[in-house]
Amino acid sequence: MSDEPAVRVEDLTKKFGDFTAVDGVSFEVAEKEVFGFLGPNGAGKTTTIKMLTGLVQPTSGRGTVAGFDIRTQSKEIKRHIGYMSQLFSLYADLTVEENITFFSGLYGVPRERRAERRDWVLEMAGLADQRRRLTGELSLGWKQRLALGCAVLHQPPILFLDEPTSGVDPISRRGFWDLIYALAAGGTTVFVTTHYMEEAEYCHRLALMNRGKLIALDTPARLRENMREPLLEIRADDSTRAVEALQGEAGIAEVGLFGRALHATLREGEDVEAARSRIPSLLEKKGIEVESVEPIQPSLEDVFVALVEKAGGAVVD
Amino acid sequence: MIEPTRLLAMARKELIQLRRDPRSLALAFALPVLLLILFGYAISWDVRDIRLAVLDQDRSAASRELVDAFRASGYFNLAAFLERSGDVDSLMERGGAQLVLVIPPGFARDLGAGRTASLQAIVDGSDANTATIALGYSEAVVRTWSARVELRGRSVAPPVSAESRVWFNEELASRNMIVPGLVAVIMMVIAAMLTSLTIAREWERGTMEQLAATPVSRLEVVLGKLLPYLGIGLVDVVASSALGVLLFAVPFRGSAVLLMVLSFLFLMGALGLGMFISAVAKSQVLATQLAMVATFLPTMLLSGFMFSIDAMPAPLQAISYLIPARYFLVVTRGIFLKGVGLGVLWTQGLLMLAFAAAGLGLAVVKFRKELD
Repeated sequence: MSDEPAVRVEDLTKKFGDFTAVDGVSFEVAEKEVFGFLGPNGAGKTTTIKMLTGLVQPTSGRGTVAGFDIRTQSKEIKRHIGYMSQLFSLYADLTVEENITFFSGLYGVPRERRAERRDWVLEMAGLADQRRRLTGELSLGWKQRLALGCAVLHQPPILFLDEPTSGVDPISRRGFWDLIYALAAGGTTVFVTTHYMEEAEYCHRLALMNRGKLIALDTPARLRENMREPLLEIRADDSTRAVEALQGEAGIAEVGLFGRALHATLREGEDVEAARSRIPSLLEKKGIEVESVEPIQPSLEDVFVALVEKAGGAVVD
Repeated sequence: MIEPTRLLAMARKELIQLRRDPRSLALAFALPVLLLILFGYAISWDVRDIRLAVLDQDRSAASRELVDAFRASGYFNLAAFLERSGDVDSLMERGGAQLVLVIPPGFARDLGAGRTASLQAIVDGSDANTATIALGYSEAVVRTWSARVELRGRSVAPPVSAESRVWFNEELASRNMIVPGLVAVIMMVIAAMLTSLTIAREWERGTMEQLAATPVSRLEVVLGKLLPYLGIGLVDVVASSALGVLLFAVPFRGSAVLLMVLSFLFLMGALGLGMFISAVAKSQVLATQLAMVATFLPTMLLSGFMFSIDAMPAPLQAISYLIPARYFLVVTRGIFLKGVGLGVLWTQGLLMLAFAAAGLGLAVVKFRKELD
């Protein structure tokens, strides 16, 4: 693949009838990168990934994956990628080992390497002592590890993961990301969609999608630094009522609950110190006791919410 | 185009799934045998033991002799002797008799005087087929008997005597025709039902998406899924043929190898058709129902299994060319009963080959691995 980026798309668009699911998206993914794809439901993440993996034909635009054209060489692309879909889609009525054997066959893993690859996957996924169990009997976390294993049997240079950890408990999720890192360290490019913010932090670079459009693309750190709207953390005795009280208040772009506290995003260029003194009096007038108002560094979630808000809000389905 | 490793991986996976699915196993192995036994015993077009009632108003030696001739024919069972003509109505209404023979007074006298003696036969026409056959039998009995009366005391050879010979099914047993036909009908239904589930299942369980993301081609998926069922279908043909010969004593006069070769062609088409239905329906319930509707009734009614195609009105005859079992039926009956070879059956073979190509072609074309 030499200098060619692992993935390159230009002006990629997909329409379903009148609905534009993906709208003129362009980006590149470098080799060996862990590239995160974020966005609310219905933002067009899954449609994008399906176009990249040759499952869906784009309406317009260009793209290459592993150097192959997504419009004309989907068969070649399928040989050079691993893909794990949003929903569990291995065979529940096959054992762990039978699933692995089946997919090595489909991916054309050479016969003499099959046993070695199978053992490697069983080892990597930690499923060695469950190899003869029916896949349907495994918990979701284990199923996803197996699905990941089956997707990399043929050692693809690029791996596409569509919300691989949705519905999986946090500890299994952590373990799953360790696997992703191990694969990336081994030279695999990983393209992953997620809506878990703590997972987004693990990615080298993040692309944010909303309403079919790409609204931001950078490293997690730079995305945070680039957020120009100041952020205040407010602690009050009745956070729920405080959110209501501050909504629509002049100078405040967005208020939301973050655990027991609330985060208020100020409008760009707003004076932080003025707001710090104004907010407590405003709330106390409504009978809400304020403990503290502190400026804070934005989390990725804050960045994300602010960007989506600026781009016209999420699609509510 | 076709990579053997992928094809085999597909076939092997399908076989493992089949082995773990009791429903499919029952459909594949138990149902054909069960259907053959059920239909083999239940369907018979032979008319025997017709319930006969006699109203003998003559009460002569001649009339008793005629009744004995009916009894001795083997086709009639004497159900009742009636006393009055008023009894005929109620007996027929109850279904107590299918045929009533009325011998009028003066029957023997007319015979003795050399005049034509008349007889009346009243037949229950609510089952037209049986009624026609019963009338035919009774005419034959009367004809034979009257010939005997005419020749009594003399020994003159009749001027013309026709001797009929029945070929291929010497006893004219309808079972000999039904069982080979059943093999064809059952294989059509089972084959289409078996594969109708297979692609729809992948859609329903979400496994199609993972399949679609691998380099496996449409042709490889269709053929790979077909292979195990082809094996099962051939086993079924052997089993139901053996059952026909052993249990129903149907003659098998032709080449077993030829039957296998032609069954192979037929099964490819029937399995392909099921696969096509599966690709269209995308849901297992809908697919089985479609497969049932598309195969069972048309095959039963229009393949020539139940009704002779020659006797159908022209539009139905035209439709029957689209019923693949029509060709296979000629093959099974031909091989079982006539012992004919490829010299006779080659047209059927070619037509089934065309059907196989069409079935598989449709399945591959209709089966889209792409998701949009």
